Amino acid sequence: MVIESRNTCFFAIFLFERSPFSKEMENIIELKGVSKFFDGECILDGIDLSIRDKEFVTLLGPSGCGKTTTLRIIGGFETPDRGELFIDGQSVKNTPPNQRPVNTVFQKYALFPHLNVFENVAFGLRLAGAPKDEIVRSVTEMLALVKLKGFERRTVTSLSGGQQQRVAIARALINHPRVLLLDEPLGALDLKLRKDMQNELKKIQRQTGITFIYVTHDQEEALSMSDTVVVMANGKIQQIGSPVDIYNEPENAFVADFIGESNILDGIMVSDGKVKFSGRLFDCVDSGFAPNEPVDIVVRPEDVDVVKLDDGMLTGTVSSVTFKGDYYEIIVDVGGFKWMLETSDYEAPETRIGLKIEPEAIHVMKKSEFSGQFGDYSSFSDEMDHMSDPTEEEAE
Amino acid sequence: MKGRTAFQKLAAVPHIVWTVMFIVAPMLFVLYFALTDADGRFSFANITSLSQYTNVFILSIAFALIATVICLLIGYPLAYYMAQQKGRTQKLLMVLLMLPMWCNLLIRTYALMTLLDNGGLLNSLLDSLGLGKITIVGTDFGVILGMIYDFLPYMVLPIFTAMTKLDKQYIEAAHDLGCSHLQTMTRVVIPLTLSGVVSGVTMVFVPSISTFYISQKLGAGKIDLVGDTIERLFQNPSTYNVGAVISLVMMILIIISVQVMNRFTDDEKRVMP
Amino acid sequence: MKILSKFYIGIIFLLLYLPILVLIVFSFNEAGSLAHFSGFSLTWYKELFHDEEALSALRNSLFLAVFSSLIATVIGTFGALGLHRMKNRYLKQPILTATNIPMMNPDIVTGVSMMLLFVALASLLGSKSFFGFGTMLVAHTTFNIPYVLLSVMPRFKQLDPSLSEAAQDLGCTPARAFFKVELPQIVPGIISGLMMSFTLSLDDFVISHFVSSPNFQTLPLYIYNQTAHNVKFSMYALSALIVALILVILLIVNFAGSFGQRKKGEVKK
Repeated sequence: MVIESRNTCFFAIFLFERSPFSKEMENIIELKGVSKFFDGECILDGIDLSIRDKEFVTLLGPSGCGKTTTLRIIGGFETPDRGELFIDGQSVKNTPPNQRPVNTVFQKYALFPHLNVFENVAFGLRLAGAPKDEIVRSVTEMLALVKLKGFERRTVTSLSGGQQQRVAIARALINHPRVLLLDEPLGALDLKLRKDMQNELKKIQRQTGITFIYVTHDQEEALSMSDTVVVMANGKIQQIGSPVDIYNEPENAFVADFIGESNILDGIMVSDGKVKFSGRLFDCVDSGFAPNEPVDIVVRPEDVDVVKLDDGMLTGTVSSVTFKGDYYEIIVDVGGFKWMLETSDYEAPETRIGLKIEPEAIHVMKKSEFSGQFGDYSSFSDEMDHMSDPTEEEAE
Repeated sequence: MKGRTAFQKLAAVPHIVWTVMFIVAPMLFVLYFALTDADGRFSFANITSLSQYTNVFILSIAFALIATVICLLIGYPLAYYMAQQKGRTQKLLMVLLMLPMWCNLLIRTYALMTLLDNGGLLNSLLDSLGLGKITIVGTDFGVILGMIYDFLPYMVLPIFTAMTKLDKQYIEAAHDLGCSHLQTMTRVVIPLTLSGVVSGVTMVFVPSISTFYISQKLGAGKIDLVGDTIERLFQNPSTYNVGAVISLVMMILIIISVQVMNRFTDDEKRVMP
Repeated sequence: MKILSKFYIGIIFLLLYLPILVLIVFSFNEAGSLAHFSGFSLTWYKELFHDEEALSALRNSLFLAVFSSLIATVIGTFGALGLHRMKNRYLKQPILTATNIPMMNPDIVTGVSMMLLFVALASLLGSKSFFGFGTMLVAHTTFNIPYVLLSVMPRFKQLDPSLSEAAQDLGCTPARAFFKVELPQIVPGIISGLMMSFTLSLDDFVISHFVSSPNFQTLPLYIYNQTAHNVKFSMYALSALIVALILVILLIVNFAGSFGQRKKGEVKK
């Protein structure tokens, strides 16, 4: 089936992107119980986070979730009100930014307008008092790495957004930081350029072997680039894991909803491997819950098969169909709950269809503060989805 | 539509006529007077007589330069600190800075003179403490002090404005790349607020070099600057011509120095090694 | 660091205000002394308000400021409009440069140049001298125009041409579109130009000094003449009044808005 092959590709990329040696490296950054308040409002609530060397870590979450604050605490621009921060095993809570072995690529680049491209990149080396020939060599090397050879004498204001982005990366990398912090660096670029830069950033990270901590609200960006994704909401970490884990085994309803599309239903875990929802008992592969524990059920739209009415585990009425290019997105009303399905075949609205769900497609989650907030597509429309997409910068 | 554009083009006519009559023509008259003698005959005598005013020019330039440099040294940190204050404090400080600017120069100069004068409050205080009097009014120091006092706000305000416009991200980026506080100042903050410094320097230097009230009051008439000379020469119709030459020279001097300073800000791209 | 910066700000402002404060305090001094405060009295204020010369200087100043700023605003606003639409760079640039001469030049040179113009005109026309209100009005208008242009021109530049087009699309005639859509956006610039002109005119001493005559004195000229030789205590009173007036105006302009906002914010919370 088309759907299946598409998904296999998707996951194949994840597997390929994962850094093979990330497991046995030691922690380069450790946050322990870090909290931060602004005007009495809790922005970060006891963050515990360990980041291994040479990893590409993404902090993912909607605006206001605390991801930028976390990054700024690591960079040294904010001091945590509670908790500890270690870089390379040393507490750096009170170390100023200029003495930390980390560098930042700022959201709006912050290239110095009074210096040309060369001098912007050379900035850190000049401070360190590096000899002239070394500066020229390193800057040339760095500009080659970010594909800006020949731009040395240009003023930074004459560059396009993508080029400024590259200068900002080169300027941060020339100091050979232990960790590079990137604060929504691709937010200002258009879609095509974004895709290119995603690939390039990943390549640069592999070439340099520097740990990247990347902040974004774009789940696709997070999944396709990272070794580890840290999903944040309401100043707390919701889940830490590889992109595959985050997608396949979401910890709670928030993560399931934020990453990809999901149908999230109330269910009851009758016993190991048996779960009840939508008024029917299903086989599943999850276990380890108390008997008859209330749970949240996640079923991804692409994991539901449309079958003949009589063969369906569930039956419903098609309420809308949207052509998406390589598949159809169908909203199906099953006893009042609207499911989202992705199929390769067209189903006319108002037809009754059967739905079939394999045991592996059912993911069972513990109840959380987010239960019941997400998962029904009854008020769904593409337009709404766009409007709620938090593209504005974080208000912090 | 056509009528409208024609009207809009003609709208500038009164302005152009006024500019030619009352800005360009007066300048030409300065030139005309500079190149003629009292009877209206063409003459270079005024220009050759300039040599006797060399000392006045040197003194004025020196005073104005000293005052400008001291204003910059006092004013730059003040602007920097003011820019670091928060919301209402900053606004209040702005008002306090602007008040003297809006207040007539004569009043401020006069106030300073009465404070520092031999019979003034400062000297009577010193005297009663048994420290003896110090003479400030009537000395070079007094005149320079007057310039600093009168024009300091003109130095601070443009620098302060440039500081508040400075994106905090640049400072964070400088720290991030390894700058200490001092290095952030010299490598990022000062270069990026240079435009404010240039307009501040201009706004202090130009009135300092052309003042006559400050030297009259705080110099007690003993110190003769270019401004005093021009003012005196224009009291008497027979010396209008010499006065015109001196005005012209001062104008050229100022135009040159302003141009040089503007070059400063244009030339901000550092050269690659 | 923070304490140091507060201390520095405090010292500089103290020094900046010390002479003004002393002047205000001694304007209430009973005895005519600069050194000893012998007792509170309003003697000098009374003297000031009975000084016919001072009062007429005040009237002249206001009269001149109103007229010169109005004329400058009209000429400057239309000038900004015309120059904005002017396409010919070789005509536009020299005009702008010429307009800015009074702003670049020291006041004394502007004053001298205007004086020479009037002297030359008088001798050409064979009349004796026409220094007085007329010459003052011309001079003040002249140095005000660049400031009006400075605050109005950017407004024209910021105008989005599609606004006028949108208004016309919705049914306005071009003229109506100008008055309904474009003018409201330019008005703030005109008002700030007018206010700036008014204050500059009130404040000017140097240029007035060269183009005035004894029978038309403004307040700064009056202060100059009064302080030319010996100390006059009614001038202390006058200065104190001016400082107080400016302080009140500045506080209102800068804080009236924020008080309003704060109230709104409180309601919101």
